[in-house]
Amino acid sequence: MHRTGELYGQFQTLDQQKETAALGMWIFLVTEVLFFGGMFLTYTINRHAYSAAFGMGSNTLDIYLGGFNTVVLILSSLTMAMGVWSAQVGKKSLVTSFLILTLILGGVFLGVKVVEYKQKFDHHLIPGQNFDISYCAKNPNACTDLSPKARETEDKQLEEAERLDPNLNSHAQLYFSLYFGMTGLHALHMIVGAGLLLWLLKESVGGRFGPAYNTPVEIVGLYWHFVDIVWIYLFPLLYLIDRKAGR
Amino acid sequence: MPRDHYLNATYGIRSWLLTTDHKRIALLYLASVTFFFFIGGTFASLIRIHLLTPNGFLVTPEMYNRLFTMHGVAMIFFFLIPSIPAVLGNFLIPIMIGAKDLAFPKINLLSWYIYLIGGSFVLYSFMTGGLDTGWTFYTPLSSVYSNSAVTPAVIGIFINGFSSILTGLNFIVTVHTMRAPGMTWFRLPLFVWAHYATSLVMILGTPVIAITLLLAGLERMFHLGFFNPALGGDPILFQHLFWFYSHPAVYIMILPAMGVISEIIPTFARKPIFGYSFIAGSSIAIAVIGFVVWAHHMFLTGEATYAAIAFSFLSYVVAIPSAIKVFNWTSTLYKGSISYDTPMLYALGFIGLFLVGGLTGLFLACLGLDIHIHDTYFVVAHFHYIMVGGAVMGYVGGLHFWWPKITGKLYPEFLARIAAVTLFIGFNLTFFPQFILGYLGMPRRYHTYPPEFQVLNVMSTAGSSILALGYLLPMCYLVWSMRYGKIAGPNPWPATGLEWKTDSPPLTENFHVTPHVDWEPYDFKNRKDLGLEAGAPLAPAHGDD
Repeated sequence: MHRTGELYGQFQTLDQQKETAALGMWIFLVTEVLFFGGMFLTYTINRHAYSAAFGMGSNTLDIYLGGFNTVVLILSSLTMAMGVWSAQVGKKSLVTSFLILTLILGGVFLGVKVVEYKQKFDHHLIPGQNFDISYCAKNPNACTDLSPKARETEDKQLEEAERLDPNLNSHAQLYFSLYFGMTGLHALHMIVGAGLLLWLLKESVGGRFGPAYNTPVEIVGLYWHFVDIVWIYLFPLLYLIDRKAGR
Repeated sequence: MPRDHYLNATYGIRSWLLTTDHKRIALLYLASVTFFFFIGGTFASLIRIHLLTPNGFLVTPEMYNRLFTMHGVAMIFFFLIPSIPAVLGNFLIPIMIGAKDLAFPKINLLSWYIYLIGGSFVLYSFMTGGLDTGWTFYTPLSSVYSNSAVTPAVIGIFINGFSSILTGLNFIVTVHTMRAPGMTWFRLPLFVWAHYATSLVMILGTPVIAITLLLAGLERMFHLGFFNPALGGDPILFQHLFWFYSHPAVYIMILPAMGVISEIIPTFARKPIFGYSFIAGSSIAIAVIGFVVWAHHMFLTGEATYAAIAFSFLSYVVAIPSAIKVFNWTSTLYKGSISYDTPMLYALGFIGLFLVGGLTGLFLACLGLDIHIHDTYFVVAHFHYIMVGGAVMGYVGGLHFWWPKITGKLYPEFLARIAAVTLFIGFNLTFFPQFILGYLGMPRRYHTYPPEFQVLNVMSTAGSSILALGYLLPMCYLVWSMRYGKIAGPNPWPATGLEWKTDSPPLTENFHVTPHVDWEPYDFKNRKDLGLEAGAPLAPAHGDD
């Protein structure tokens, strides 16, 4: 493993080495855009075809948890950017602190996601044999975590949606397949990002990153911002479109 | 032979399996794609034997479906897509631009391991009964109804996609940042331009097939409904996503072969290539336009008429840059000092076969005609003219052209010429009758046919055995030449590229000193170092004629 600023054999200069690494990450992110793009397209087309069912699905998501997570993730991007900045200006101990902060915020995001997934599980909203979009309407006692007011709006909406779409349950299941597919893939990227942050942290404690050498912090930063931006698109698509007052 | 080179730099199995030298990784790829080529070839032979009689006599109908599917999967995803880029591109791009290695040598090795892991899943699928969906994996057949080992195959192709993405990424970054002093963009060999264009398609298309197969795989494993109409999903959406990659994937397979041909033609015509910038630009144009023609595979799915017209028109447009290349190659030959060495035979064969393949592609892009010949043997013949007549001819030709550089040895020229001619004859005998069969209405993927088609089918099967011979022959003498071949020297042809200025085989670092490029590409006239006197006859590289 090479130490601070050492030149790899295939390069002529350090600048060339840094430029190469950054370009590599940018191109990787381009491939990621297309990777997520396939799912976004599948979502868009089905949303267009089954807007009632997708609206219904959207309304069962918890906007407070989703909104909180959005703020958490934006903050984590800020701390990541601060980490890169501290490396560039040579504040070595700050690098470590900001990386830890970023890691914590990423952990909070994933923790909240677990809470949300658990709730969907309890409400029979996991695609499969027991999927039932009207489960909470049929079994109010099983959904005590919802406020009475929220349930009332939801029941009304369900009635409306069932009128518009006779195959509501099947199409709502499609919504949740995409919800879990897209947020799951995003969460997987978060976990990979957390792994990268741990690696950076290990190196940063050794005081490796400074003005002369900070390429890894910079390119992991690029990745982290990208994962953040994906969520900035996921949040409105999954949570906000067609939202009525409710939970 | 030079005293030190990349082959004798270190010894032992570890020095190969953990190497980051792009040349050694290229050889690892060479071994593995050859393995898949012979697996896919075996399936093809079984298909052809089965079709000797109208009712088929070798396998059951179910097995027949599995054979053509496994043939397609092995050949497309595990041979054609990695073949030229991962073997010849990997070996040559750093040397051609004067670099010591690719930009990311470890990622290069990683991409080979990813290929192996993906390949293992697919082999597991083959060994547990195979799959019968066709290489196209159309849903809901692949995601619901097929009772075969679809899941491991889908996982394998998904994983293998990342190998292709990483190779493309590595090439693009390498061409941008690793060029030697004086190696400007318009001094790059056309082989590098072709690979740059290929890499663009790899990084932009492959992620889409990855996510599409992931969704189809999830649909199969967890009974979800993304593409299953019974659950509200849209099978046409699958086809759009699939062809969004799989049509450009055709250009992943053919563009590198065009790059090979652009190197061989000027070398054996001893003339600068005609219209360098047009050939370079046409590679990029093919990559770009290639992304907006995909729905011509779906004219019969009931897509909107105006959309179909647009896709038909764009499919005609993408033929223009391909035609530019063919015209420029033939113009290069004009008044050239042509010698018919083996690589040149492959290159000339390529031009002819690609021309037939390309023009019949226009038949298929024509809205009205496509209804008649859609899903017939006409399509099968068309894409085998492009893929086998084009891509594989380019690959084998390139392998011969750079074999002296890779191994430092010459292959037996006479045998090699015989093999090239055998391949050409065998190929045409196999696939030309299929044009006629298709035009007469024989559908693809059927295990039986009416008796009146038997003569043409027997011709095709006979041709395929000649074709097989044409592939086995180079296998034998190329391996033989590694030990017994004559010493090649740095530049046996002679050719103008930077790769011919270093030793054969090259050093691990490729060059003794970083080269400084101050000449134009393919400049046979002003390159005194090639030993070419104006008008003087050329000393042949090989000794036996």
